[in-house]
Amino acid sequence: MSTFVEEKPTQKLESFKGVKKVPHEEYYTSGHRTCQGCESAQIMKLMAKAAGPRTIVLGSTGCMYVANTSYYATPWGVPWMHTQLGSSGSAALGAAAAFRAQMRKGAMKDEPINVIAFCGDGGGADMGLGAISATMTHPDYNLLILMYDNESYANTDIQISGTSPYGVNTSFSTPGKVKRIMHHRWKKNMAPLMLVGHPTCKYVGAISTSYPLQAMNSVRKALSIGGPTFIHCLNPCPKGWDFDPVLSFELGELAVNTGIWPLYEVENGVLKLYGKTEKIANGQFKRLPVRDYLLKQGRFAHFIDEDIEYFQSKIDEMWNKWLVPGIIPLRREIEADEPR
Amino acid sequence: MATIALPVEEKKKYEQEALITGAEAIAVACKLANVDVVTAYPIRPYDTVMQYISQLKADGEMDCEYIVAEGEHSQFEIVKHASVCGARVFCGSSGVGWMYAMEALTVTPALRVPMVAMVGNRALDDPGAFGVEHNDALAVRDLGWLLNWVDSAQEALDTALIAYRVAEDPRMFVPCAISCDGAFLTHSQALVNIPTQEQVKQFLPPYKRGDLLLHPDNVISVAPQVNEDWVMEVRRQNYEVTERACGVIREVYADFERIFGRKYGNPFFEEYMTEDAEVVLLGMGTLSTPTRVAIRKMREQGKKVGFVRLRWFRPFAGVELAKCLERFKAIGVIDRDFSFGSPNLSGVVATEVRSAMYTGAATRPPVLGFICGLGGREVLVQDVEHMTDITFEAAKGKAQPLTQWIGLRG
Repeated sequence: MSTFVEEKPTQKLESFKGVKKVPHEEYYTSGHRTCQGCESAQIMKLMAKAAGPRTIVLGSTGCMYVANTSYYATPWGVPWMHTQLGSSGSAALGAAAAFRAQMRKGAMKDEPINVIAFCGDGGGADMGLGAISATMTHPDYNLLILMYDNESYANTDIQISGTSPYGVNTSFSTPGKVKRIMHHRWKKNMAPLMLVGHPTCKYVGAISTSYPLQAMNSVRKALSIGGPTFIHCLNPCPKGWDFDPVLSFELGELAVNTGIWPLYEVENGVLKLYGKTEKIANGQFKRLPVRDYLLKQGRFAHFIDEDIEYFQSKIDEMWNKWLVPGIIPLRREIEADEPR
Repeated sequence: MATIALPVEEKKKYEQEALITGAEAIAVACKLANVDVVTAYPIRPYDTVMQYISQLKADGEMDCEYIVAEGEHSQFEIVKHASVCGARVFCGSSGVGWMYAMEALTVTPALRVPMVAMVGNRALDDPGAFGVEHNDALAVRDLGWLLNWVDSAQEALDTALIAYRVAEDPRMFVPCAISCDGAFLTHSQALVNIPTQEQVKQFLPPYKRGDLLLHPDNVISVAPQVNEDWVMEVRRQNYEVTERACGVIREVYADFERIFGRKYGNPFFEEYMTEDAEVVLLGMGTLSTPTRVAIRKMREQGKKVGFVRLRWFRPFAGVELAKCLERFKAIGVIDRDFSFGSPNLSGVVATEVRSAMYTGAATRPPVLGFICGLGGREVLVQDVEHMTDITFEAAKGKAQPLTQWIGLRG
């Protein structure tokens, strides 16, 4: 280790050994105005619970600002601050730098403080990507960027973001008389992007609110390991995805069981797959057809068989052809693209 | 890369003299102010200040977090958050870099963040030009920033210290930008008296964010969504800061004079040879140098002309300035900026001066607008003479165009 990298100790947050061991204290409570069945609010709650009281949270513009934090009705039991849409990376860096400088100079009690900045997929995968990327290269600031992903700009009217799935109907990609599919880009693979592009980043996690224990432990590991870390969380959104709120949890599970959303973490370069994702990779569990997931959501109601087959073929490719199945899209050998 | 010509030895009792540039002077001020977090991003001409600060840190003379951002937006957002977490911060930019940070510049005063920034004034693209133009810094004039223009390296150093004291005053808590004309000030060396660390400690107390501090001991939610219920009241709070601003600035300059012994007189504007003047020119920044030279020359020819250099543009000391200007027969405002489509198509400063005169002055002397020295073009002595002659014509009652471009190639 270079002597010019000045690491600071982190809080040592042991993983919760089961749901019954999770403390009762909540740091994200009542007061928010999020929709019924909102899984993005759920990850806020889990994140705050996992991090505990010696934490500050910086929240980018998005649902989790506008619907979440109304004046006089804040749900936050830890200090929270609004930050601009593209600024989650800069916010975390600035806060960590401020604490570090003041603690070194004796202007503030020297203690490990968790610094978490969250952003939505619009703030993280689109506008804030550059700032997050820069932040992931700073070895000497302890911080976590958590991206909650409801796969659209869900606060502004449901518009395409960099993580919107192929073919989705959003208010910027409504099917028309001539074009059924207006959004033909594939979702950004954010956690591996952070991992592969930033050797300094010691921890990335891909989590889902349908697996709360793993989600909380992922946050705890990210905050304990030191340096900049990144977590990508998939959050089903009843409003944006057009489904009954009772299905939020089930859709989170289906995303994993169809192989669309793998659960994993990479800790100091070591990949660990979780739950059904691990079983899919080991061949112990046969992926469910993506049809089961897609057709439960109004946003894919315009799909015909051809579209579902294409979606399925892309997921099959992810598991059958990628060098690290489901995660890293390198291939073992060059092969010609199949004609479509 | 240049190094600090004369490092400050903190135990020296008296000020030391050093030959340094305007940018270097501000770097020295940051060191003396014990700034905690600095963010840099390259753009000429402001960026030399960040080169000096980097060297000060590398040499162990300055103890700060020095972060090189990936763009100006992040550069300003990083220090904004650092300031909310209690750190004293420094940042800066030039030209389109300043504009790239515009979103961050917008929210900084609204969040009541006492950031101090240096603007190395530079023409906005396109087409490209490195030279000075004031439109970059002026773009934030309506947003709650304190804005001033300095015209010497000494004033740059002193004003940086003053800026921290004013911005971090709990009655204020708004950002302050120090504008330095690109090249003419940022890169020009001059002898500067560097104050001692003891003097600076006496003048500048530590930054205390109080109950607005973002820290686990202080569970607050900063800037929740307020909508039409409260945003007007929040804007009003920033308005009230501007009501207090002139008083606070006056107080701080008095204290500065007491501790450092350097006198700036009226903090808001400086008058040169105005006592018996019939007409005056008015402008900001380093155009003061050719203007003073030209005025001395014209005085020898018996022309009674003076100069008013505006130091603080925000707050704009309108009443005081109008009272000063009402005694002259005509006023020629030199704008190193443009405001396309404005009333009379004048520059920003001329428009503001006319507005101040309309309500604050007992007389109605003509206020002529001159657009001059854009993109780093020099304001020449003969340009100043030309503008003075036009202003004298107006003083004699001969109507003149309200906006004229001076030094334009034919």
